Amino acid sequence: MTTTIYIPRDTTTLSLDGELVATNLAIAAARTNTDIKLIRNGSRGMFWLEPLLEVQTDQGRIAFGPVQPEDIDSLFAADFANPKFDSHSAQQHPLYLGLTEEIPYLKKQQRLSFARAGVIDPVDIDDYIKHDGFKGLAKSLQLSAQGIVDEIKDSGLRGRGGAAFPTGIKWQTVLNCPPQQKYIVCNADEGDSGTFADRLLMEADPLSLVEGMTIAALAVGATQGYIYLRSEYPQAHIILNQAIANAYANNFLGDNLCGSDRSFHLEVRLGAGAYICGEETSLLESLEGKRGLVRSKPPLPAIEGLFGQPTVVNNVLSFGAVPHILSDGAKVYADYGMGRSKGTLPFQIAGNVNRGGLVELAFGTSLQDLLDDFAQGTASTRPMHSIQVGGPLGAYLTPEQWQTPLDYESFAAIGAVLGHGGIVVFDDTVDLAEQASFSMEFCVEESCGKCTPCRIGSVRGGEGIEKIRNGENPEQNLELLDDLCETMIDMSMCAMGGMTPFPVQSAMKAYRAQLSDQQQSVKGH
Amino acid sequence: MDATSARANDKIQEIIAELIDKPGALLPILHEIQHVFGYIPAQAIPRIGDALKQTAAEIHGVISFYRHFHTSKGGSHRVEICRAEACQARGARALESHAKQALQVDYHQTTADRNISLDPVYCLGNCACGPNIRIDDDIIGRVSPEKFDRLVDGLNTVSLQIR
Repeated sequence: MTTTIYIPRDTTTLSLDGELVATNLAIAAARTNTDIKLIRNGSRGMFWLEPLLEVQTDQGRIAFGPVQPEDIDSLFAADFANPKFDSHSAQQHPLYLGLTEEIPYLKKQQRLSFARAGVIDPVDIDDYIKHDGFKGLAKSLQLSAQGIVDEIKDSGLRGRGGAAFPTGIKWQTVLNCPPQQKYIVCNADEGDSGTFADRLLMEADPLSLVEGMTIAALAVGATQGYIYLRSEYPQAHIILNQAIANAYANNFLGDNLCGSDRSFHLEVRLGAGAYICGEETSLLESLEGKRGLVRSKPPLPAIEGLFGQPTVVNNVLSFGAVPHILSDGAKVYADYGMGRSKGTLPFQIAGNVNRGGLVELAFGTSLQDLLDDFAQGTASTRPMHSIQVGGPLGAYLTPEQWQTPLDYESFAAIGAVLGHGGIVVFDDTVDLAEQASFSMEFCVEESCGKCTPCRIGSVRGGEGIEKIRNGENPEQNLELLDDLCETMIDMSMCAMGGMTPFPVQSAMKAYRAQLSDQQQSVKGH
Repeated sequence: MDATSARANDKIQEIIAELIDKPGALLPILHEIQHVFGYIPAQAIPRIGDALKQTAAEIHGVISFYRHFHTSKGGSHRVEICRAEACQARGARALESHAKQALQVDYHQTTADRNISLDPVYCLGNCACGPNIRIDDDIIGRVSPEKFDRLVDGLNTVSLQIR
């Protein structure tokens, strides 16, 4: 009897010797005459357990992890590939984790966008359909364009790239433009440190992105789409291209979609290592084959976007949420979340933590609860000290701020951003002035150079922080730095220069508090 | 392919001809040329410009904007170290200085034996398993200084063919 075994082929698994695990498994299976079928799925998002090996049993999938190449022999010795759930020898294996779905890290989540992640073969059309794939598309083909846009509006979905702009309103703007060449562009330039949700979706369930973009095309009357993928994601590139080829072969892309009179063509385009191209107008410039310089708005990309035509630009996760909204209805989606932050957000627990990974939850949990329930302390075993939320342009938060509910408005109220949901934990060895300095350095490196506050401000800001760190007139230089930060916030063309001050000012504030604590304790002695 | 070989110019023209009809063809062309030659050879620039009806300066302007594109031949392998915050929180700063010391190069330089070019990278999207590095198209997680040395040893080992 054939036993089905799963080993992911996402970036994280491969980065931790996953390929060798799969090779060793195949060799051992041949040597022991064990009849297995190996499926290379995506990751479940429990990265501390990767490479996570799963065996299909009569009671569901059981997991072993983290499996290293040298563990394969002992797994075979324990008869791990036994399709009977109650195989005692397998349960005795030190890497045995029980039923995958029962692992608390996974069980405690509310997975909508990532429901299929790690469950299916990411590029297999039949497997996707078996798990509710293309239901949203089928529904959309029966609706009018306005009907689709209304569903998205009613769901309350807001752009998941970081800016949280209502997706339905964006689509409505493009729909309202007279019929002409229109484009659907997916922003897959996930450059924020501490974020990997886009990558995980593209590597684990790329067809949901294909489906979401196709629905968007039906909604606004577009016939061509591009996924602008960062070049730092070579594995996502391979998997996306396979998924798209399979979608074409099965008539889920191309002319006469699913037998209808509609067409949609989709292509992956690679970026080339420029963080700024995650900004939508810069991304459009890059897609057009130019330097990724930020454009002035207006005109909005929805009206004059790619090649001057009306264009929907959305993040991977925004498109990824679309099929579910269409298939299950806007209301089901809107029932998750709080206030104006509807639905779920995949939080990404990263940096110095024991259990890093993707946690999809409704908005509203506090940062502290998220860390308590999932992160399990730091990898270094030292105390957590500060947390940067929302990528390199997000503020550093110190413990008194960790009770803040994780939703867009609550974060804005404390001068922080939720952004793309990335959470980077630092332990108490962090030098926050050094982090502030790095934020300016990153802006120097990544600024497109078009506007002065960003291009020059970041250089001057970095110099100022160095002076403060070296004790050169710290009070005056801090005042200057604050002044410069205000100018960058108010005068920059986009978030690059306009938000770099967030991590800088928050880190410097915490640094000053740390400094004055130290001075007081020196005085006290 | 060697950019100085007789066939190099033909290959460049072939790549341009194949991709020129794509809307916004420049980045796809540059990617393919770099894929074939390992960098963008100087002779490619005016040829791309002619095909796209742009000046060589405009093409150069695009190439220089993007960190991923290189205009000179690097080492046999490209090693990128992630400098971003999530990796910093897990020891990337120590790894950076170790790597520079071990390879005796700074960023944007190539080792004396022309085997390894060292570059910074800002996030490889493996932020729960840092510090991360990329060697050519492979991303490798939890790279301690010792693991870095082992990986570099692997790159420096020349396989001998026994006849």
